[in-house]
Order: sequence, then structure tokens, then C-alpha cells
Amino acid sequence: MSAAAATAAPTVPGRSLRHRLAERGIDRTLWLVVPATLFILALFVYPFLYGLQLSFTPQEGGGALANYREFFTDPYLRGMIWKTLRLGLPAAVLNVVVSVPIAYAMRGRFRGKRTITTLLVVPIALGTVLTAQGLLMYAGPTGWLNQVLMNLHLVDEPVALIHNYVGVFLSLVITGFPFAFLLTLSYISGIDPSLERAAATLGAGAWQRFSKVTLPLLMPGLTMTFILSFVLAFSVFPSAQLVGDPTGSTRVISIAAYEAAFQQFDYSMGSTIAMIMAAVMLVVIGLVLAWRSMFYRGATGGKG
Amino acid sequence: MSDQHFAELRLDRVGHSYGKHQALADLSLTIRGTEFIALLGPSGCGKSTALNCLAGLLPLTSGTIHLDDRRIDTLQPEERGFGMVFQNYALFPHLTVRKNIGFGLKMRKVPRTELEKRVDEAIATVQLAEHQHKMPGQLSGGQQQRVAIARAIALQPPLVLMDEPLSNLDAKLRLEMRTEIRRLHQDLGLTTVYVTHDQEEALSLADRLVVMRDGVMQQCGTPPAVYESPANAYVAGFMGYRNLLELAAVSADADGVRVDGPDLSLTGANRDGIKGGSVVAAIRPEDFRVGDDGDNAFDVTVEVAEYHGRELAVEGATSTGRKIYFRTPERVGPGDKVRIGVRKDRVLVFAAATEPVPAPDLDGVVV
Repeated sequence: MSAAAATAAPTVPGRSLRHRLAERGIDRTLWLVVPATLFILALFVYPFLYGLQLSFTPQEGGGALANYREFFTDPYLRGMIWKTLRLGLPAAVLNVVVSVPIAYAMRGRFRGKRTITTLLVVPIALGTVLTAQGLLMYAGPTGWLNQVLMNLHLVDEPVALIHNYVGVFLSLVITGFPFAFLLTLSYISGIDPSLERAAATLGAGAWQRFSKVTLPLLMPGLTMTFILSFVLAFSVFPSAQLVGDPTGSTRVISIAAYEAAFQQFDYSMGSTIAMIMAAVMLVVIGLVLAWRSMFYRGATGGKG
Repeated sequence: MSDQHFAELRLDRVGHSYGKHQALADLSLTIRGTEFIALLGPSGCGKSTALNCLAGLLPLTSGTIHLDDRRIDTLQPEERGFGMVFQNYALFPHLTVRKNIGFGLKMRKVPRTELEKRVDEAIATVQLAEHQHKMPGQLSGGQQQRVAIARAIALQPPLVLMDEPLSNLDAKLRLEMRTEIRRLHQDLGLTTVYVTHDQEEALSLADRLVVMRDGVMQQCGTPPAVYESPANAYVAGFMGYRNLLELAAVSADADGVRVDGPDLSLTGANRDGIKGGSVVAAIRPEDFRVGDDGDNAFDVTVEVAEYHGRELAVEGATSTGRKIYFRTPERVGPGDKVRIGVRKDRVLVFAAATEPVPAPDLDGVVV
């Protein structure tokens, strides 16, 4: 930061200007942000703005808002928001809620921790398509699971676990959980373990140590984990298509946007749906962040 | 203030091992009510293990702990009701100072009015009234440590455990807090077990101190007893006997033991009933007298002289290069040859330890 000031010309005015700029963090190292800025402009800001203006220029005319009007007046289209939320929100909540006790139990150091973590993380590496493939084979009408259930006479006919809501939900949990778990584990590891020890010497039992010390310190991290899990689940596309019911109960927003743009070649409508999708996500994130602002958000005393 | 005085806390052959490593072995110690005990030793000597065993944060692998007639080593930490002060303070960062201090009372479901009263008392004791509504992150290290102490004593615990509470503070603050802890102990009479690696801290605070090494208690006694009559060369090294000279005993009689080396020869007090063999002669730097030409003197060449105000701290070498540390008001400089002597009763001669004597921690040497 002081490099610019130190190598500045000895003339007093030039030096003082550089010095003052350097004090505000403006010096030559700032050039380092240029590549990233260009990258973001080219690959995010420009496509976003282009899509935004595209959504206001409907192919069939009818004014700038025609597409939005069509979306919100058509109950079928409008219903997709609810269908997507109905998948994304519970999946994100479940992933976070299940991560907490497992991460809490694994917060200390113990033999085999790395192995367990690796096993839990494998589904991320597999990707959604492979997970969907596995689900189709394992949970399908003639898959192992249903065959076992039928042979044990627990059910009379195959349980419908794929090509419906349940299939997509399972897929979201399988791929979303490792992600939520890893984040939660790193947040929990960042909490100073001596805080719980202190709480114990002050008379707090196991549950009180968790609820009064660990959980409040974990809350900001958990909301962040929830937001990221939700965004991942909300933009579900492959699993909704592969193990879902893409024309019915799991016709999520991303499928509609895809169909509008690449099957009906109505790029404008596709952009409109994508913009609405972004807006819904932002609303949910905004609500969660507002809720988070009620908690303590400072240091948690650990090394994380 | 404490209404939970007890007669004695009895540790009986307490041990803890991590796998094969014996961190604490057979510690037997009886702590009387209101006593201030310091556990002293370098890192890894088992002093913190002992404290954690007392707190219940580490299970014992052998031995028992009794508080009067009640066996407590089987209780969970939250059932023991001891206050503990941690080295890194361990304040709850999401709670205000006041709520931190009241945490233990709240866990004990103390009624609200009583809780407020006792929190006020604890805050007043550590003089933090103006900071009571701040978050711990807004306080300085010294203030945070006061909060940690207030939190530990707000419960009026029968026993307060302190794990190197001053080691994260700077030198000036450390002295202030040390006096503060001494004052708190005098005012409240809370039985305290205090872990430190700083012998000065231990000597100035404790009623009795316990010197540890490799999980084994080396000596237990009052500060004067340990300071003036260390039980072995290791404790001596820890108590400011910076010169630990490895020599051979040549004769022993009622007068003392004559010890010899190629470069020097001394008579000293026989501490281990030595008849002959390898010995360690322990001498404090301040016990040497420059220019003393009695029969207990030898020649050294000054190598380094540090100015310490009224006197110089000198590192010298004998003819064989053996390092000798002494202090003198004389103005000597590097290269000077001086003759230094020491009183016979100020040379403590111990049988040589089977293991090498570790170098004492120099920043805390008592001078």
C-alpha cells in the first residue's frame, strides 16, 4: 500500500496527492482488480443487462410489460413460482437442519474424521446427473429398493419415488446436503472450543451449551449456508427434468425458461422468466438477511 | 462473601494419560479451604492437565478427588460448580459483559433480583461498572480478563481455577492484574488453584506452590520454603539458581561437601546426603561476590555485561569455558578477569539427576 508513496517523485504536490490517494487505498496494486472486473462485466453484468432489456421487448409486441403481464395472469405460469419454492425451501431447510447435529458431533478432532468427511462429500463430486441416474436405477419401480420392499411384503405395489416431487426432493437432498454440511462444519470449527468448556464450568449442561453458546454463534453462518443451499436448490434443472415430472408437479421455473427460450424460441419470454426467477430468489435472500441482522455477527473466537 | 467454604480438597494419586503418554502421574495434594495454591512448571509439565482434571474437563485415568467427604472426580464439570478463568478469557462474544458475568447464575436458575444483585457485586469487585453493557470484543485484554474473573467468582464457587490468566497480557498490565488477583483473594477468601509458568507470579501470589515436571510433582511448599530450600536441582533451576554446575563430589563431612571440577573447586551445603559421585551445585547469580578471595572462589573471564541499573548482570566463563552467571555492582566489562566467591551455605549441592536438567525459563527468573 505504501509502495506508491515511497517511490513517488520528490516534488511536493505530486507526492502529497499520491500519498493521500494511498491512504484511501488507491495505489498501483488496485490494477490487480482489473481482470476480475472485466470478467464480471463480460460474463455477468452484460448478459444480465442484455437479458433484462430482452425481457422488456416481447417478440409478439404488446408493450414492454407484455411478457410479465402474461406470466402473472396465466395461473399455470404463475404457479411455477410456488412449485419451485415448494421444492427449494424445504430441501434447503432440511439440508441445513440435518447438517447441524452431524457437524456439531464432528466438531472436535478424532480418528477417521477425514474419511467420514470425504464420504459425505462424494455426492458433490458425482454431480446431479449421475445422482439422478442412480436414483432412477435404485428407487425406480423395478429398482432394488422397491424389489426389497415388495419381497418383504411391506408394500403391495412399487412406491412411486421417481418421476414426481419425491424424486426431485431426494435428489436435491443428496446433492445439497454435502455442500451444506461442509459449510456448517467449517463455521462450527471456527467457534473457540474453550467457550463450551467455560460454559460447562459455569453449570451449563450439554443442551444449554449448545443452545446458549454454540447455536447463537453459529446462527449467522447457518443463515448463509441456508441462502446458498436455497439458491442451489431453487435453480434445480437437471434433476427436475430427469427424476421429476417436468410437465407436471416439478415443472420448475428453470424448465419453463428453458422451454420458452429453446423450444419455442421466444428468447424474450425466456428472459422474462429468468428475471422473475432472480427476483424471487432475491426476495427470499433479503428476508433471510433481514432476519439474520437480529443476531450477533462478530468474531467467534476461533481460528476459522 | 463465599458461603461455600470447605475444609479440604483432597487429590489422591490423581493421574491422566493421553494414550501412552502420562501427562500427570500420581498427584497427591490436600488443599485447605481459602488457600491459594500455584501449580508451577514449564509447558508440558502437567500443570494444566491437573487443573482440567480438577475442573472436570478432563477425566482422571487414575486416582480420586474428594471435597471434604464428597467424591467429586466422577461429577460432570457443570455439576462441580467450580469457577474457571481461561488463558484466552473464553468470554462469550455474543453476550454483553453483564450477561457474561450473569451466565453461571442464570444456568443455576438464580431468581432474577438475586441474580442482578450478585452480578452488580461482581462487576463492582472488578471495577467494570462503566463497561458492563459493552460486548467483550470492545474491551482491552486486561478488561476482558477482569470480566473472566468476575464471571468465575459471581457464582461464589468453593474453588476458583485459573489457567495462566495473565500470560496474554503485557508486562505492566500483568503486574497490575497480579496485585488485583492477590487483593481479590484476600478480600473474598476464595480457595484458588492457579496455574503458571512464571515463578515470580507463583511466589508472589501463592500460599503454597507446587512445582511440576513431566507430570510429576517435584516439591510442594510455601514460597520461602521452595525458594530457599529447593528439593532438587530442577526446582533450584526454576527458583533462580541459574548456575547449575555439574561437578564431582570429592569429600563430604559435617561442614559440607567439597565439589571439584577441572576449572573450579567449591564447598557447599549437602542437600542429598552425598558421599561422592556426580553432583550439581546450584548457585544464584546474586550470591556471587566479585573480588572475594576466600577459599570458595574461582576465576572467570567476563564475556557479556548487561546494565541493570544498580548492578550488572554478567555472563562469564571459567578456564574450561563453563558459563557462570553473576550480578555485581562493580563496573566490569568484556575481557576482564575477575575472581568471584560465594558463601558455603549459598551453594546447594544435589546428586546429579539421571536426566539432564532443562534450562530454566529465563524471562521469569527471580532476581
